[in-house]
Amino acid sequence: MLQVDSINTFYGKAQILFDLSLEVDQGEVVALLGRNGAGKSTTFKSIIGMVTPQSGCITFNGKEIHRLPPHKSCVLGLGYVPEDRRIFSRLTILENLEVGKQPVRRGRVPWTPERLFELFPNLGEKPDQYGGNLSGGEQQMLTIARTLMGNPPMIILDEPSEGLAPVIVELLAKTIGKLKVEGVSVLLAEHNWNFAKTVCHRAYIVQQGRICHESEIGELSRETYEKYLAI
Amino acid sequence: MGFYIVQILTGLSNASALFLVACGLSLIFGVTRIVNFAHGSFYMVGAYAAYAFIALLPHGVFFFWIGVLGAALAVGLLGAAVETSLLRRLYHAPELFLLVATFGIVLILQDLTRWLFGAEDLLGPRAPGLTGSVDIMGSLIPQYDLALIVIAPLILAGIWLLLHRTRWGVLVRAATEDREMVGALGVNQATLYTAVFFLGSFLAGLGGAVQLPKGGADLLMDMNVVAAAFVVVVVGGMGSITGAYLAAVIIGELSSFGILVLPQSTLVMMFLVMAVVLVIRPYGLFGRAEAPEQISGAVSVSLLQPASQRLRILGLVLLLAIVLLPAVADAFQLVLMTEIALVSLASMSLYFMMGPGGMLSFGHAAFFGGGAYAAALMVHYFQSPMALAIGLAPLLTGLLALVIGWFCVRLSGVYMAMLTLAFAQICWSIVFQWGGFTGGDDGILSIWPADWASGKVVFYYLTMIICIGGILALRYLIFAPFGYTMRACRDSALRAESIGINLRNHQWLAFAIAGGFAGLAGGIYVFSKGSVFPDAMAIPRSFDFLLMVLLGGVNTVFGPIVGSAAFIWLHDKISRIDFWQFILGCIFIVLVVAFPHGIAGYVNRRFGRYFVNQNY
Ligand SMILES: Nc1ncnc2c1ncn2[C@@H]1O[C@H](COP(=O)(O)OP(=O)(O)OP(=O)(O)O)[C@@H](O)[C@H]1O
Ligand SMILES: [Mg+2]
Repeated sequence: MLQVDSINTFYGKAQILFDLSLEVDQGEVVALLGRNGAGKSTTFKSIIGMVTPQSGCITFNGKEIHRLPPHKSCVLGLGYVPEDRRIFSRLTILENLEVGKQPVRRGRVPWTPERLFELFPNLGEKPDQYGGNLSGGEQQMLTIARTLMGNPPMIILDEPSEGLAPVIVELLAKTIGKLKVEGVSVLLAEHNWNFAKTVCHRAYIVQQGRICHESEIGELSRETYEKYLAI
Repeated sequence: MGFYIVQILTGLSNASALFLVACGLSLIFGVTRIVNFAHGSFYMVGAYAAYAFIALLPHGVFFFWIGVLGAALAVGLLGAAVETSLLRRLYHAPELFLLVATFGIVLILQDLTRWLFGAEDLLGPRAPGLTGSVDIMGSLIPQYDLALIVIAPLILAGIWLLLHRTRWGVLVRAATEDREMVGALGVNQATLYTAVFFLGSFLAGLGGAVQLPKGGADLLMDMNVVAAAFVVVVVGGMGSITGAYLAAVIIGELSSFGILVLPQSTLVMMFLVMAVVLVIRPYGLFGRAEAPEQISGAVSVSLLQPASQRLRILGLVLLLAIVLLPAVADAFQLVLMTEIALVSLASMSLYFMMGPGGMLSFGHAAFFGGGAYAAALMVHYFQSPMALAIGLAPLLTGLLALVIGWFCVRLSGVYMAMLTLAFAQICWSIVFQWGGFTGGDDGILSIWPADWASGKVVFYYLTMIICIGGILALRYLIFAPFGYTMRACRDSALRAESIGINLRNHQWLAFAIAGGFAGLAGGIYVFSKGSVFPDAMAIPRSFDFLLMVLLGGVNTVFGPIVGSAAFIWLHDKISRIDFWQFILGCIFIVLVVAFPHGIAGYVNRRFGRYFVNQNY
């Protein structure tokens, strides 16, 4: 579904990604693991078009997207949840969801605020609360819900479990399970081993802008994980 | 009693057009982050367009309002056209560069309007059906004023509904907070920007059109309203429409009652109110503090490097050329060079605070003109010798800058720039309106150099020594520890504070130094011209300095000099042509599109490698 083919991405003169390739199939949940500063967020930004790779190719459903601006990638069906959440603090929960809304895609039940509130009951309790007044966990749910409003067949989550209480991480795992059932592909960046282990099918490990390991999540041993990720 | 009610109502009706303009400015700034200097021009064009439409259409209530709406619509389309054809190309350039482009539009629209309608002020047509007056306890108020009072709240309500009750409005508000994220959620930012530009310009045009029957149309409207609209936006709080209405009402009432108390001081009062509000509530009445990065990241950052061997040699060659110039140049060319030197010093001082200091100023002419007036007044009242006058001018303006800077360094980014504009406007109004002391509009005449310096060549050398000395002193400061600290404050306020730098004091000092050097340039300026007029500190002059710095490029120390030389030279070449502003505006726009990093920035990129320090 998504193919990233040896991209090289720079910020100014600094090269961050080196011939990085990865692949996500339909309905798959794939983790991108790596230390702080390894280049996970940069990979995601390259995919959705917030930065343009200097070389390499990214295709999504057979369409080249590496030169498209973010809004076009989004319309093609790539949902993106940034690591710093970036909810609109002066908009209410409902308005935040409205911003994420996209025309309904064929062949799937569209997400509506009501359905999302079933998934995230916390948000449903106060739909008119301003985003800026929500707790960190609620903001994380809102940013995921907001992206889901676009009914994307594939969603990219940048460190979704970062800084969340264990209960909320569980809720998150449940949500991703639900997305799996609906056939949504997921690419996510993670630090949390247990979380990755429970939700993902496959994992890539990046180190200093290069993919250095790839395997089914079951085959990824704790030792390998720690070898690349322990600080 | 009736009299006061009428005054209050007049104030409210004054507020209407101002609110419409400010509301549009605020929307455009909120979403696109463009400080649109051309907004006042849209207002002016709205008034002229309404004049033309109403004259063309048959007479009658219905057609009058159709004319007004048609004018607003035309201006809206004009704004959208400017956005799609020009500004869109520049979104990747440093934000400040867009200022230059919008200023180019100001010049172009100014001359186009003059070409189409002539230079004479136009008397507005009366609104059919609203030509009479209403008697309020013995005092009269025109019916049209009452109509204006109703229009503003209606528009306010309409905009509020648009922003809060429609999907489009939600997107606009979201984009005001985080444009990039809105894009990542599938919204085409380009379309959104164009739509916002349309709406903002529409409102400006509407403002110009509705005030036509009350105030007519003239060619000074653009600059007058844009200064007032900045004040309203900043006092109300950037991005707050309700705040803009409240601020417009305050300013409207102030001018309505101010005329009764101190007829000469309405301008000063308007800006004083702004200064007071900003000191108490730095982000305006209804504004919210913004992350400083969002508004102050305007000046793009790049590393400054001390000059290399080759660059120094180039400098020496230039210096030699300057020394030898009197041998080959005629008197006129010497005068031109003198002016370039003066203005280079002034814009270098602006660069000093803008580039390494990261403090944007829209009002630097206050110090340039302040120095000029300081020197002129000393000669005029105390017959002080030239050397003393030139020597004291920078000290006095340095003091002035200390006072103004004390307020300004409390803010950052565009807010700070607006406050500098306000203070400059206060200085200008004082000079302009206090005719008994400063000569007002007639200026101060006959300020000639001392006998020993009255020869053209001697004065040329004197100016060169002072100006080059000043420029080198500023350059020295930039590369001295003082300058490194400045850049540390600019790049990371928090970190600078944490290593024990008192950020505010350092910025304050830098502000005062910049002011002092601008005053030095002003001091010499009086003697080179022999006279000084209030326009030495007016808004256009401030914008000129800003343009010079930006045209030269903010990333190189020599940018302001290149920019000043190019600017003065251009000005000299074309200012005798009729409609030269049009040409100048076009040149600005071409320059901005062609050299998004400034002229010197371009040279630096293209040929910089040749001048890089080999042993660095
Ligand atoms: N805007 C930028 N400009 C320059 N360098 C950047 C920028 N953003 C990130 N970097 C650098 O790129 C490298 C990769 O950053 P990235 O954010 O992709 O890492 P990450 O794997 O997401 O880390 P984390 O787990 O901390 O989120 C880092 O060394 C970072 O310093
Ligand atoms: Mg990251």
